[in-house]
Amino acid sequence: MNPFNYSRASDANQAIVDISANPQAKFLGGGTNLIDLMKMGVETPMQLIDINRLPLTQVEELAGGKGVRIGALARNSDVAEHSLIKSRYPVLSEAFLAGASPQLRNMATVGGNLLQRTRCYYFYDPAFPQCNKRNPGSGCGALDGFNRIHAILGQSDQCIATHPSDMCVALAALEAIVRVQGPKGEREIKFADFHRLPGNTPERDTNLEHDELIVAVDLPDLPFAKRSHYLKVRDRASYAFALVSVAAALDLDANKTIKAVRLALGGVAHKPWRASTAEKKLVGAKADEETFRAAAEAELAPAKGYKDNSFKIELAKRSIVRALSAVTSIA
Amino acid sequence: MPSESDTPPGSGPDGLNELLIFGDPETRRVFLKQIAATSAALAIGPTLLNVPGLEAADPAITPRKSLSENTVNVKLKINGKNFALDLDPRVTLLDALREQLHLTGSKKGCDHGQCGACTVLVNGRRINSCLSLAVRHDSDEITTIEGLADGEQLHPMQAAFIEHDSFQCGYCTPGQICSAVALLKENHGNSDEEIREWMSGNICRCGAYPNILAAIKEAKGKVRT
Repeated sequence: MNPFNYSRASDANQAIVDISANPQAKFLGGGTNLIDLMKMGVETPMQLIDINRLPLTQVEELAGGKGVRIGALARNSDVAEHSLIKSRYPVLSEAFLAGASPQLRNMATVGGNLLQRTRCYYFYDPAFPQCNKRNPGSGCGALDGFNRIHAILGQSDQCIATHPSDMCVALAALEAIVRVQGPKGEREIKFADFHRLPGNTPERDTNLEHDELIVAVDLPDLPFAKRSHYLKVRDRASYAFALVSVAAALDLDANKTIKAVRLALGGVAHKPWRASTAEKKLVGAKADEETFRAAAEAELAPAKGYKDNSFKIELAKRSIVRALSAVTSIA
Repeated sequence: MPSESDTPPGSGPDGLNELLIFGDPETRRVFLKQIAATSAALAIGPTLLNVPGLEAADPAITPRKSLSENTVNVKLKINGKNFALDLDPRVTLLDALREQLHLTGSKKGCDHGQCGACTVLVNGRRINSCLSLAVRHDSDEITTIEGLADGEQLHPMQAAFIEHDSFQCGYCTPGQICSAVALLKENHGNSDEEIREWMSGNICRCGAYPNILAAIKEAKGKVRT
């Protein structure tokens, strides 16, 4: 690991002053991804600003029934088990509990989870010379390499990496708002605008600026999210990243006609993939397997597979059908 | 990868060394050195493991000087004892425990948060100590495998692991036990399936899972959370 200076931020303003002063500085939260990447030599910050003492761990109801606010330093395990989250947004609780291990969830923060970096082998190991995300302009080792875990939607010929977070797939479906604080004050970033597709700049995962601190994630009020589910498909029964995952919430009338739906996919793209095409097909239709399959076909129509990951296209379709069927059967 | 000195000797069931898994941190290293010195490895039986005088042979714990000038002072409360360390900020909690404080019960398996061998309790919660910088833990209370027993009285989870033969090589066992102790505290593991899921962060290459499961079920019945 490269040498670095370590400092502890006493408050958010100080943290922002400190990071603004050093373009090579990074915030240290749970560290479950950052420390790992530093051990690998992928991340080489000159300074770590420890933000763990900042008072950003609350999960609380927003005034006026506007939803729930999750502090950026709330640990994944605490949010997963919080009564507000379990009762109103079960899809988010399930997504947290599908991720990593109990130990890692005790460490990992919500803000850090938003900033998880891809598990693409060619990114994660600097022994591979080619990675446009790690070393812009060097090429993409995965394109013609071993690309079983890679993207099928929204990728570019610069990068076919996927976003590894489970939490983020649920947050995409819930249309969360990311609240960030920078030198000029606070701003809100819509979840759909937080992460980026790779395009020609795969080195940028998100639209967060270097001098901005994530302070909270807001979950807008969404009563029908009580009927929601997170389905994760992976190589092992537990403790593995998703090959494909689905976050789904359904609002059904008495005749099982779909009044509203939220659907997002994980493991398929450079960012959590909101399945808007499928959602449009679903609204107003009968909640049955035929409808779900048609919506899945529409969503995956533009999908493109590679040597090792084409199986994900059919897997994603079937996962959508299964997740929506599971939500439909929730009483 | 673990260094050679951390590899448990290939003893059969009769030679299972409780010290390896449950015991004093330094005695094993000293013990192994003694084996090497006397070429007596083949003659090792369980009775020899409690040779009087091992404690005396223990070198005094002298934290290693940091290679970096940029050190950070950290106060850690480990197994009820207070320690003040000057640490290079790169030192993980696992390395501070093992290399600075010679508490080698917590194991370095993958060193990337993928195996759980380094699991310790920080303020009562289980974490992977290999992915956590020690400097982050100023004033935290840390419990390692060495701190679970009450004097000579093993923690019920330790006793259950012995009772159910829940290990083969023993390398993952300190992490398994710390994780299982936390699982009880979290009140998870109310079915076999749930125990498996909530223990999934601890990998056992020997595949002792059925016996680990049996031990946790027994301890769960004995420990009131």
